[in-house]
Amino acid sequence: MSSPRIQDLESQPWAGRTRRYDIIKEGTIALLVVTLLTIAASMFFGSPDEKQLTFKSWAVTAPADFYQTAAHEIAGSSESAGYGAPYNSASDGVNVGPLHLAKIFGVSHPVNSVNDFVVTPLSTQVNTPEVSAALKTWNVSDLKMQQGWASKYDDALTKANGDQAKIPAGALADFGPVPAMIGGLLTMAQSGSLDAVLLSQGNYFQFDNTKQTLFMGDGNYFNDQSTASHLQGDTWGMMNETGRYPGQAWLWLYSFWYQIPPFNNGDQHPFGANADAYIMVIMGLLSAGLVFMPFIPGIRSLPRRIPIHRLIWKQYYKQENL
Amino acid sequence: MSNSEKELWTAKLRGAWQRNLPIEKLLPDTQPAYVASWIYTFGVLTLSSLGVIIASGVVLAFEGPSWYHVSNVGHFVNSLHFWSVQFFFIFMVIHLWGKFWMAAWRGRRMATWMTGGIAFVASIATAFTGYLVQTNFDSQWISFEAKDGFNSVGVGAWFTVTNLGQMLLLHVAFLPLILGVLTILHVLLVRAKGVVPPIDAFDTEKKAKGARK
Ligand code: HEM
Repeated sequence: MSSPRIQDLESQPWAGRTRRYDIIKEGTIALLVVTLLTIAASMFFGSPDEKQLTFKSWAVTAPADFYQTAAHEIAGSSESAGYGAPYNSASDGVNVGPLHLAKIFGVSHPVNSVNDFVVTPLSTQVNTPEVSAALKTWNVSDLKMQQGWASKYDDALTKANGDQAKIPAGALADFGPVPAMIGGLLTMAQSGSLDAVLLSQGNYFQFDNTKQTLFMGDGNYFNDQSTASHLQGDTWGMMNETGRYPGQAWLWLYSFWYQIPPFNNGDQHPFGANADAYIMVIMGLLSAGLVFMPFIPGIRSLPRRIPIHRLIWKQYYKQENL
Repeated sequence: MSNSEKELWTAKLRGAWQRNLPIEKLLPDTQPAYVASWIYTFGVLTLSSLGVIIASGVVLAFEGPSWYHVSNVGHFVNSLHFWSVQFFFIFMVIHLWGKFWMAAWRGRRMATWMTGGIAFVASIATAFTGYLVQTNFDSQWISFEAKDGFNSVGVGAWFTVTNLGQMLLLHVAFLPLILGVLTILHVLLVRAKGVVPPIDAFDTEKKAKGARK
């Protein structure tokens, strides 16, 4: 940094040569230019608006994927069921060294995948006799029974690659009411009522889409659509938009870390597996670095060392023979 | 001014304001001769983009978040909002780099740089919540992905990207307010301090005397 004396001089009102300058006129012209630019871009390019996905579109176009995801939910083997804080305490979540920031505020947004995604929605419906009976059996059974049926069915379905028809008929007795319940949920989703029930959660007003987002994120349908739209995190997805539109390009530095080792390898410990947390911390530090740049030795003297200012103030340096 | 008057907080504030930012500084009709580069236009271009963003955003807010999906006029206003944000960021980033290479924090102008830097971060947060309230496939996906980042450091407990109501309120009320206040402070600081002189303008005793006359 320059000496205090120079700092003083640089902070005093300028007493050298001046020139006429109309600040209001400049501002008005700038506003006009930007307005016209914006109107032109909007007319030529428009803006993206790819239709939202629904549980109905999922269950209708990819019923097997929906069915298998529902089996994961009731068996507690889905990603969201094992997420940890802030949704449940199934796991510790990620950490930064000894810091488990992820669970510092505990389970602030409880989500129970079995009840919230399967049992409660089904209970809001007038079901077929088969589904009604299955639900009744489920509700009067203890947790151990429920978990036993659900896990066995989830495993069998996974082994059969999600194809119910390939599960041996003889095994059906092991699954209790589970297949009928999932079948009921699929019908419900196909009719469109699961969308409404998951959102409303028994309320009139509702603003929170957490449960829908978690459930939908557990399946392949949502993920496949995002891959097709090049929105996945490992392909700079954070800063992309659907279609051929610019996204949040200013997130490039944040996205960047996800593309390089060790952060792009989820199996690498400790960094790759905890990439989300490490990258947040890195970006927090870098943002603080931007704000406090004038105080960082070395970096704050770069502008003096690399003389781009010579170009910016070319005219001035020439006139003053500096 | 009598002694008792000097003790009034109001009088003190008025005095400080008049000393630091008299109307001649706020609305000057001359500038130092060195203010002669296209780089100086990017601050006011950023400010103008923010104006277009707010104007188009107010229209979108009055019509409600679903309007643009079903109305052609709505979609056009959405496009205006979308593109003014893109321009805003392009201009701001050029502005930022320009000010960096000018080391424009010199001469006790650190607060100007810092309010700008915080405004940059606040702009990213505001734009991010904007992408979350698009209520289309993109916003579904962004909320699903981004929740992991915020949850990983515990922030997810307070800043819930999957809660559309919360994101909408932050996007149209809280964050623009913060950004607006930061921008006003930033611009007032620039006016109060005057535009930073070129690097080495005061490199010699002689030069310094010359400049001060
Ligand atoms: C909301 C976004 C911003 C707006 C609307 C804005 C607006 C302005 C305007 C109108 C000026 C005076 C004209 C000029 O020199 O270009 C200015 C100056 C300045 N800006 Fe910004 N700015 C923003 C963001 C930033 C950022 C991100 C930084 C850097 C981190 C920054 C650093 C500065 C500095 C240091 C000056 C003083 C320059 C001097 O004394 O010559 N600004 N800004």
